[in-house]
Amino acid sequence: MTKVGVVVFPGTNCEADVIESVRALGGEAEMVWHGDASLPAVDAVVIPGGFAHGDYLRPGAIAQFSAIMGAVKEFADKGGPVVGICNGFQVLTETGLLPGALQKNAGLKFLCQPAELRVATTNSALTSAAEVGQTLHIPINHFEGNFTCSPDTLAQLHDEDRVVVTYVDNPNGSMGDIAGVCNQGRNVVGLMPHPERASNALLGSEDGNVMFTSLLQSALTNA
Amino acid sequence: MNEPLHRALGLTDDEAESITKILGRAPNPLELSMYSVMWSEHCSYKSSRIHLKRLPTEGEHVLVGPGENAGVIDMGDGIAAAIRIESHNHPSAIEPYQGAATGAGGILRDIFTMGARPIALMDPLRFGPLEDPRSRWIAEGVVNGISGYGNSVGVPTVGGETVFDETYTGNPLVNVLCLGIMPTERLVLGQATGVGNLAVLLGSRTGRDGIGGVSVLASAGFSDDEADAAKRPNVQVGDPFEEKRLIEACLKLLDEGLAVGIQDLGGAGLCCATSETASRGGVGMDVDITTIPLREEGMEPFEIMTSESQERMLAIVEPGNLDRVMEICEKWEVLASVIGTVTDNAGALRILDGPGDDAIVLADVPASSLHDEAPLYERPLAEPADLADRRQRSANDLPAPESIADDLAAMLIDPSWVYSQYDHQLFLNTVAGPGSDATVLRLKDPATGADTGRGMGLTTDGNHRWCAVDPKRGTANTVAESVLNLACVGARPLALVNCLNFGNPEHPEVMWQLSEAIDGMTEACLAFDLPVVGGNVSLYNESKGTNIDPTPVVGVLGMVDDLQSPPPGKRWNDGDRIVLLGDPDATELSGSTWAFRQGHKQGSLPAIDYDAHAAVAGLTRDLVNDPGFITGVHDISSGGLGVCLAEMAIASGVGCTVARVGSHALLFSEAPSRVVVAVSADNLPTLEERAAAAGVPVTRLGLAHKDQFAVKGLVEVPLATLASASADRLPNALGGGTTQG
Amino acid sequence: MTFSVLVEVQLRPGISDPQGQTIERALPNLGYEGVSEVRVGKSMRFAVDAADEAAARAQVDELCQKVLTNPVIEDAIITVEPT
Repeated sequence: MTKVGVVVFPGTNCEADVIESVRALGGEAEMVWHGDASLPAVDAVVIPGGFAHGDYLRPGAIAQFSAIMGAVKEFADKGGPVVGICNGFQVLTETGLLPGALQKNAGLKFLCQPAELRVATTNSALTSAAEVGQTLHIPINHFEGNFTCSPDTLAQLHDEDRVVVTYVDNPNGSMGDIAGVCNQGRNVVGLMPHPERASNALLGSEDGNVMFTSLLQSALTNA
Repeated sequence: MNEPLHRALGLTDDEAESITKILGRAPNPLELSMYSVMWSEHCSYKSSRIHLKRLPTEGEHVLVGPGENAGVIDMGDGIAAAIRIESHNHPSAIEPYQGAATGAGGILRDIFTMGARPIALMDPLRFGPLEDPRSRWIAEGVVNGISGYGNSVGVPTVGGETVFDETYTGNPLVNVLCLGIMPTERLVLGQATGVGNLAVLLGSRTGRDGIGGVSVLASAGFSDDEADAAKRPNVQVGDPFEEKRLIEACLKLLDEGLAVGIQDLGGAGLCCATSETASRGGVGMDVDITTIPLREEGMEPFEIMTSESQERMLAIVEPGNLDRVMEICEKWEVLASVIGTVTDNAGALRILDGPGDDAIVLADVPASSLHDEAPLYERPLAEPADLADRRQRSANDLPAPESIADDLAAMLIDPSWVYSQYDHQLFLNTVAGPGSDATVLRLKDPATGADTGRGMGLTTDGNHRWCAVDPKRGTANTVAESVLNLACVGARPLALVNCLNFGNPEHPEVMWQLSEAIDGMTEACLAFDLPVVGGNVSLYNESKGTNIDPTPVVGVLGMVDDLQSPPPGKRWNDGDRIVLLGDPDATELSGSTWAFRQGHKQGSLPAIDYDAHAAVAGLTRDLVNDPGFITGVHDISSGGLGVCLAEMAIASGVGCTVARVGSHALLFSEAPSRVVVAVSADNLPTLEERAAAAGVPVTRLGLAHKDQFAVKGLVEVPLATLASASADRLPNALGGGTTQG
Repeated sequence: MTFSVLVEVQLRPGISDPQGQTIERALPNLGYEGVSEVRVGKSMRFAVDAADEAAARAQVDELCQKVLTNPVIEDAIITVEPT
């Protein structure tokens, strides 16, 4: 069975939610402690949301130096699927696995609200089971989700089809309405919205499941 | 300043004499400062305890009632829920961000100290009017504080209230409720047992934060030079990251059974935690003051013992388990220090200046005397002299509004500006979130994460207008509204917690309000078979000599027995029939939002018929728990039928045409026990049959359709006008950043 | 030797600074005219042991590159003084 490692830093808080969503789709998931220098036998890695190290200094700034991140980089270099959700996206940009940075929202407010996303590419570990142009209702929950990069990087992201999902109604001022991007290998994906929060009809949307389904498929392919 | 020290510390001469009698000698200054904080109104409830005793606290699901850190309810399937509500009014008035943040932090510790993982916060908030700059500054700071702390600590804020009224100018009410769940066998109490066991202090270092009334002890010897200025107490500052690690470390300790008791440090700090654990366990405790990690140099023992530094816990640990405790704390980067030992020393709490038997004894008091022997006051109470006269003056005698549409629009307020700043979805439990009549959370097994298929309903309610007019009926009706709010999401009530926000208890009228409110709550709780499992009393809510309107706030936990789909919520579809359940002729306006907006705060509140109320609530619950049968449902409360209909229309984006509402009194009355239901034309006859069978009056009000909001003969306004009045109010007042007024 | 260090972190020129813009927009309403180019950053103070000032500065430079700033959006102004 496909197994997802979910990285836990002190201050991470969405780990159980991601595990619940993965298990609901038939995947296996286990927590991985940030202080461990190696990954257990997993087929994919998720860095979930929360406030790793309290978001002190900058979101993701201290987490990038945790022992586990070396192992995560190695895993990613070998093509293993790695997904950063919200704070996890921030960690991946700080680590340099993904381009850009996440600044404070343009409105200077924390935003926990529904968001409408559009799938921009299906050529990524997180969207392979979706369709280009598909609309997904997946909530956001962040203060620092305003995607920022240099104009050159932005052009490159577009040229290389690396913008994974965009906002229909940009809530935070992100450049190019970008909600999520991937690396050149397309196996590392970061996004601000929380697919696990749209994983059950009781929560109002199941649109996040197509992302976890994609991830489990990518993991299987990689394994 | 030559007054005796005990008076400077806020103790009366009689209280000082009692302390001397308890000790059999005069207390030293450290001992006196310990009594002064423990016997303060905040810690001892000395003005209110005599009245609180009347509240019903027994119930078949109650595992732990009032008096512990939190009430605990048996939820079935081996799951227990811990719930508590508290106020942080005064700190929030001074420093809104930190006041609200530390309020959240404090209530979380009350929950995980019982062994429960906190899964939800609710914030009933009350501020002065939006027109007042300082009130805006307070409101924005409080919301930011809750957002900043709650989001980061990783506990979702799933509901609450936001009320603006001139009665709260200068004295906002920041109440916070926390709900946690645990495997029932993990339930622990805050007590020390086992002579030789160790008292381990976990979490932050101790600084000079919030050394409340005791600060006068320090300032007694102060001159004005700068060295002394540095000793003044600091505003408590919350650290959500520390709290998050503390939660994880403490729950791990309890999971592994490594603590025989655990207690959070809140008001009165170490003094309270050490004496409370010792006194509950019937043991003594020696505390070595030199072992406590400090944040500042030169702290006096009384400062260390009474500091309210945040994010600290006291665990009682068997010596054999200490290594494992330290290991867990190290993993979570939580500071842990052995600061004391459980003794058989006849219940004595001794503060020592160093280790070993020959250490100097700084204080030696019977631990239980700090709690059990606190004074109990039966303060004089008196109803207002002109009460009879006031009650004669009904708001129905006011002239009819010039524009009902304008009055209606002015009462609409969309709170989403507030709750969109709170993470309200973490843990994937939130089925109905903030903005709903009540919150619905999935009930998952805390040990396995497995869904039980059941849900928890949660609501907080308060209404100062009702209680200003009649504190007894107002409070009873508040409890009734909670029951109805829960019914609107399909939940039956299980237990209640209260936060009693009142003015100065030395004013006989305030004591009368408190006593009446407790009588009203008792009456309603007995009628609904609803045990009170915890509470908090906040007195001295006054500003510039004016007491706030009495504001008892209740939090009620309910059970959704079969949670198949989200409750319908306040909405309707085009073409739906709009139906009123309950009395169609209620017109009393006294105590209503509309009357208060006219400056009218008198008259008599409508009485509640408990049987009729239970019938409406029962029918509503049944309809909600019949998925697909009704389209929407919303109870009638603040703003009356008019606001109820407008909120349903705005939420749906569909207007309505309503007839049979012949006067502004019918539109704005806040009489209890009424619900509006939207139902398809096909289901309407069945609905009427079900209502008749339940003995509930049912009235066809009109039709949901188009984009006008129309109540025949009273209002005809584009729905968009009402929608923008509602949606724009908070962003326009608070959105652009405020300054300290 | 011990050096006292001040690191002032600011958003790089051209990176949008909504905090600074908000403050700047609010000032005229409060009666403060003529204030412009408001940029909000953060400052950090700490002490560093090093052989000399150049070594201290080199160490702080590296610290800023690796940890204290996010070079994608932030710059640092470093002040090093002997204590």
